[in-house]
Amino acid sequence: MSIETDNPLPSKEKKITPQPQTPWKTSGTERASSLIFILAAAAASYMTVALTPMKGILPLTLLFFIFAALFSFIRGNRSRGIVAGQDSAAGVVMAIGMFVALLPIASILYTTVSKGLPGLHRGLLFNDMSAATPTDPITEGGLSHAIVGTFVMVMISLAIALPLGLLTAIYITEIRGRFTRPIRFLVQAMSGVPSIVAGLFILSAFVYPITKTFSGLMGSLALSILMIPTIARTAEEVLRLIPEDLREAGLALGGTQWRTVAMVVVPAARSGLVTAVILGIARVAGETAPILLLTGGGDQININPVEGAMGSLPFYIWKSFFFGSEEAVARGWAGLLVLLTLVLILFATARFFSTRKVR
Amino acid sequence: MTMSTTPESLSAKQKELEKKMTEERSQSHTAPASLASVAQTKVSRPAGAKRLGTGLEARGVHAWFGKNHVLSDISVDFASGTVTALIGPSGCGKSTFIRTLNRMHEFIPTAAMAGEVLLDGKDIYAPGTDVTKIRLKVGMVFQKPNPFPSMTIGENVLAGLRLAQLKSTNKDDLVEECLIRAGLWNEVKDRLDEHGGALSGGQQQRLCIARSLAVSPHVLLMDEPCSALDPGSTLRIEETISELAESMTIIIVTHNMQQAARVSDYTAFFLSDGGPGEMVEYGKTSEIFSNPKDKRTENYVTGRFG
Ligand SMILES: Nc1ncnc2c1ncn2[C@@H]1O[C@H](COP(=O)(O)OP(=O)(O)OP(=O)(O)O)[C@@H](O)[C@H]1O
Ligand SMILES: [Mg+2]
Repeated sequence: MSIETDNPLPSKEKKITPQPQTPWKTSGTERASSLIFILAAAAASYMTVALTPMKGILPLTLLFFIFAALFSFIRGNRSRGIVAGQDSAAGVVMAIGMFVALLPIASILYTTVSKGLPGLHRGLLFNDMSAATPTDPITEGGLSHAIVGTFVMVMISLAIALPLGLLTAIYITEIRGRFTRPIRFLVQAMSGVPSIVAGLFILSAFVYPITKTFSGLMGSLALSILMIPTIARTAEEVLRLIPEDLREAGLALGGTQWRTVAMVVVPAARSGLVTAVILGIARVAGETAPILLLTGGGDQININPVEGAMGSLPFYIWKSFFFGSEEAVARGWAGLLVLLTLVLILFATARFFSTRKVR
Repeated sequence: MTMSTTPESLSAKQKELEKKMTEERSQSHTAPASLASVAQTKVSRPAGAKRLGTGLEARGVHAWFGKNHVLSDISVDFASGTVTALIGPSGCGKSTFIRTLNRMHEFIPTAAMAGEVLLDGKDIYAPGTDVTKIRLKVGMVFQKPNPFPSMTIGENVLAGLRLAQLKSTNKDDLVEECLIRAGLWNEVKDRLDEHGGALSGGQQQRLCIARSLAVSPHVLLMDEPCSALDPGSTLRIEETISELAESMTIIIVTHNMQQAARVSDYTAFFLSDGGPGEMVEYGKTSEIFSNPKDKRTENYVTGRFG
């Protein structure tokens, strides 16, 4: 049946279909031996704590880190030489660093969620505090006025900060005029301005001399001062990523610089600019100091930014904790949970837009 | 340490390699004959009646980047309805030169220039000239395809009109006409609403050509338009260039001698020997490739140096 051919390729029947493999990945045995090393480090640190006067969880963790780094160095050194030893020790140190950095974040999240959950109830998002005092049972009242107030103020400050921040970024990346460097420096310095300073500035520049009353608008002005540098810096980074080719193409087609920026550069950076906006919002949503100074913090829904006190989430939280009774504190934690959730949603949205590729 | 890594032996090795390469080059390029025949077999274009403008003329153009004098005294008259190829080794100032022709040179902060560039008889650097009008008449196609990523294919074609705030009576017809002239219509006619970035590199480049045609320029500058393209797309673009030349003045920078010989009527050879780039020779393409007057031109077009 077999016919001899000159074809050097093996015939189809003989060919073994290869299985997909990933030889570069950590194998099961390697993983097991890593586990043994971690256990050994744990055991060594436990023994040291048990046998020496050092007691408590802190020395235990510290010793565990040290032993883990040491053991992984020895292990790498034995199997693949000194360089590999240093490499794996460095890897362990970095993993520890990451762990330590994540710890406070995890702790904050855990505390907020566990203490905030009991305060959640159906009316929370729909009622305001006009008919309830913070010391009433937790199911009375709610924080709708605070959510509405925060929303109104954030939107007004966005309406002020977005054009200013975007124009600043465009001046820095597109116009590149003589003041580019000082302006960049100013924007950077501005992002370090403590929020209470922004609040006091509005207080002394607008509230005392002009309006003479607290209002949502005054809060928004202070928030926009804090928002401008965030938007300007993020937008600057995003615009910088737009290739020079596109600007040249726009100009070479007979566009003025202004039209090229508006029609080509900014649309190309669209998704990044959305990120800038969201980061700006997230930056100010939880600002408390200027809000305490400027808004008056009412207890009922007020959508008029120029008249009457305006509640907000940070104010609500501050006020609840200030009262100090069990119910009031529970309200405070619930408010914190709502605020944190809002900010997390904003960050997640920002990430979604920023990871989508700019085509 | 083995001997093979000492500097002496390395440079000896390199010299040997270079010698071998030069030999190979002079063997494979029995060029003057073949290139010259390519240059001569071209059908000469009829003097068209639909010519746009009367051409472009550079007079004594110099260019600087900061203190660095990169281009010295270039004078060329690009007649309407002709294709001129600019050839020369890398860094001799070809791109700089064509960017002085549509005032894109001044986009670089350190740039300076001297001389005159006459478009239809008027100096484009004269005081009071509207730069955007100049760039409308002198279009440009870049080395790297750069369609606008936020626009669809159709919008890309019309982008010039929108950028320059020009009115157009029938946009659909214009899109179709420009894409046909750029040789892209058949490939994209069903997907005009897709984004420009969804095309292949060669298609993107033809889209960029279509984009520059939409504002009906009199002159088209092309800076190595085919350097990133496959032979098929390259041929397609060369055909496009020949068709466009019936009505327009075309100036094309290329490193491909075959391409220069195929598409151009005139050829200018640029060279910089350390100092600023100069135009060594300018003439009919058939002359430059068959019977160059300057030894350096001959060496360059036959691939013996550069
Ligand atoms: N933006 C710039 N700033 C400073 N010098 C520049 C700039 N662009 C070009 N040059 C210099 O000007 C000279 C000419 O450059 P140019 O780009 O015109 O060369 P070219 O002939 O187009 O080369 P290639 O064939 O590699 O594209 C080079 O010496 C280069 O270093
Ligand atoms: Mg170039």
